[in-house]
Amino acid sequence: MKVLVAVKRVVDYNVRIRVKADGSGVETADVKFSANPFDEIAVEEAVRLKEAGKATEVIAVSIGPAQAQDTLRAALGIGADRAILVRTDAEIQPLAVAKILKAVAERESPDLILLGKQAIDDDSSQVGPMLAALLNRPQGTFASKLTIEDGAAVVVREVDGGLETLSLPLPAVVTTDLRLNEPRFISLPNMMKAKKKPMETLTPADLGVDPSPRLTTLKVEEPAKRKAGIKVASVAELLDKLKTEAGVIR
Amino acid sequence: MSVLVVAELHGGHIAPATLHAVTAATQLGGEVHLLLAGHNVDPAPAAAIPAVAKVLVADGEAHAHALAEPLTALLLPLAPHYSHVLAAATAFGKNLMPRLAALLDVQAISEITAVIAADTFVRPIYAGNALATVRSSDTLKVLTVRATAFAAAAAEGGSAMIETIAPADAGPARFVGQSLTQSARPELTSARIVVAGGRGLGGAEPFQMLESLADKLGAAIGASRAAVDAGFVPNDLQVGQTGKIVAPELYIAVGISGAIQHVAGMKDSKVIVAINKDEEAPIFQVADYGLVADLFEALPELIKAL
Ligand SMILES: Cc1cc2nc3c(=O)[nH]c(=O)nc-3n(C[C@H](O)[C@H](O)[C@H](O)COP(=O)(O)OP(=O)(O)OC[C@H]3O[C@@H](n4cnc5c(N)ncnc54)[C@H](O)[C@@H]3O)c2cc1C
Repeated sequence: MKVLVAVKRVVDYNVRIRVKADGSGVETADVKFSANPFDEIAVEEAVRLKEAGKATEVIAVSIGPAQAQDTLRAALGIGADRAILVRTDAEIQPLAVAKILKAVAERESPDLILLGKQAIDDDSSQVGPMLAALLNRPQGTFASKLTIEDGAAVVVREVDGGLETLSLPLPAVVTTDLRLNEPRFISLPNMMKAKKKPMETLTPADLGVDPSPRLTTLKVEEPAKRKAGIKVASVAELLDKLKTEAGVIR
Repeated sequence: MSVLVVAELHGGHIAPATLHAVTAATQLGGEVHLLLAGHNVDPAPAAAIPAVAKVLVADGEAHAHALAEPLTALLLPLAPHYSHVLAAATAFGKNLMPRLAALLDVQAISEITAVIAADTFVRPIYAGNALATVRSSDTLKVLTVRATAFAAAAAEGGSAMIETIAPADAGPARFVGQSLTQSARPELTSARIVVAGGRGLGGAEPFQMLESLADKLGAAIGASRAAVDAGFVPNDLQVGQTGKIVAPELYIAVGISGAIQHVAGMKDSKVIVAINKDEEAPIFQVADYGLVADLFEALPELIKAL
């Protein structure tokens, strides 16, 4: 079983982002970038499938600028076998990402495609289902458990009311939620090994995809700040404030 | 042109989030139609929503569990008759709408918090630390709606037309089962008061103190990711960027540090209370009322005083 995993290079989750003064976007110069945490979980899951003898090859793919190579090296460090960078400096919106990934999937014919449930920069949460649709494959989104048995992916999904289990005939597309696994720490020897693993570079044009954006960002602004609150000295004072000042409890 | 809202059904009932999506739909211009796809559905409650002009009912086994593949097949021929197709940005909507959008060759717009014009919307990015105003160049718009940003539409008093349409065939995915969290409490995303606990609670047992507090206040229970990951409470209670978005009248955060990812899910609450023993905890930056205290002393005292 061949597994394709998509990883995105995003502003690190610990960075306090700043909106640019001209309202054109978010400041990305001189900030730390990392792999999207959900994608790391996807890579970890793919590698565990390989270690368990279920997967034969794990291919990591990223779409982005030259620096996305670092993100792919990290995926190789976790244990992916090879990587594909679809290089572009342009803004690539989720539909275009899905089209590019579809083209990659058509070249590689994976039995399973794993992606993060959302990227923590644009928070769109779209690519997984879009890719599944374009490939005409079943989807299992928000996975907190994944088992491969008898040619099917059995996916436990985190849904609003609890958990739901689906069985998807392979090939299928699965997106990861936080509880699926805890990605390993990449050891130095594995990081060194990752440097020697193959990485292919393509462009959207090589894949025959027009990645033009459909959405125009008119402006980006900071949300309204909450007005500063107060500290109360005791439970009694807290209750008094909630009853008389805020009027939210009786 | 009309606007189509895809209703989400929970045990045959229209999910509260759908009513918020209906309100967003009323801001888009046309008549609002509601698609009700399920198995053995009763269209009467949908038809009673005054903002809805027409209810489309697709009743069939394939729709019993709201799987994305048959729902997409059902929606594909319908969508081109509408200017917009939308659903609430719940697990249901997030699972379905991008799948539909891709087959329509439309760039979906996720989790809108405001309608500026029929083609222009505001949506949060970077865990709500920035708000982007985006304009779509697609003829048809596919949207998901952040429920907390739009009031719930009235549920009674209307008399929409009801039209039955053929359900889709079953898709490739097979529903195996579900384990839904049973609770007599109000639903987390629509509760008036939410009492939320974090890692500071230290275990599932101390979380029962929060239950007593919630009982006294008629509140729903929420949690931070750390509390969920540690297994104190089920996953569906996670509030935050990658969990549920809530905006109750009162949000009480107990033993929660206030990471960006958590704050993203609750900062639009009307009143925020934080109880934390670390006076430097970032949660105090968003709290209206902060109590620096050991929760193991403050909680019993609070429960007793109510
Ligand atoms: C991709 C990604 C997505 C994420 N999504 C979410 C999300 O949706 N929701 C979310 O919540 N988090 C999310 N997180 C995690 C987030 O970054 C934080 O790690 C998490 O919110 C911390 O939870 P916490 O506040 O309970 O724990 P901690 O940060 O450990 O805070 C515990 C707090 O309890 C206090 N405390 C301890 N003991 C006591 C006591 N006896 N009395 C009073 N106070 C006490 C401490 O002072 C501390 O402030 C996400 C992270 C990533 C990387």
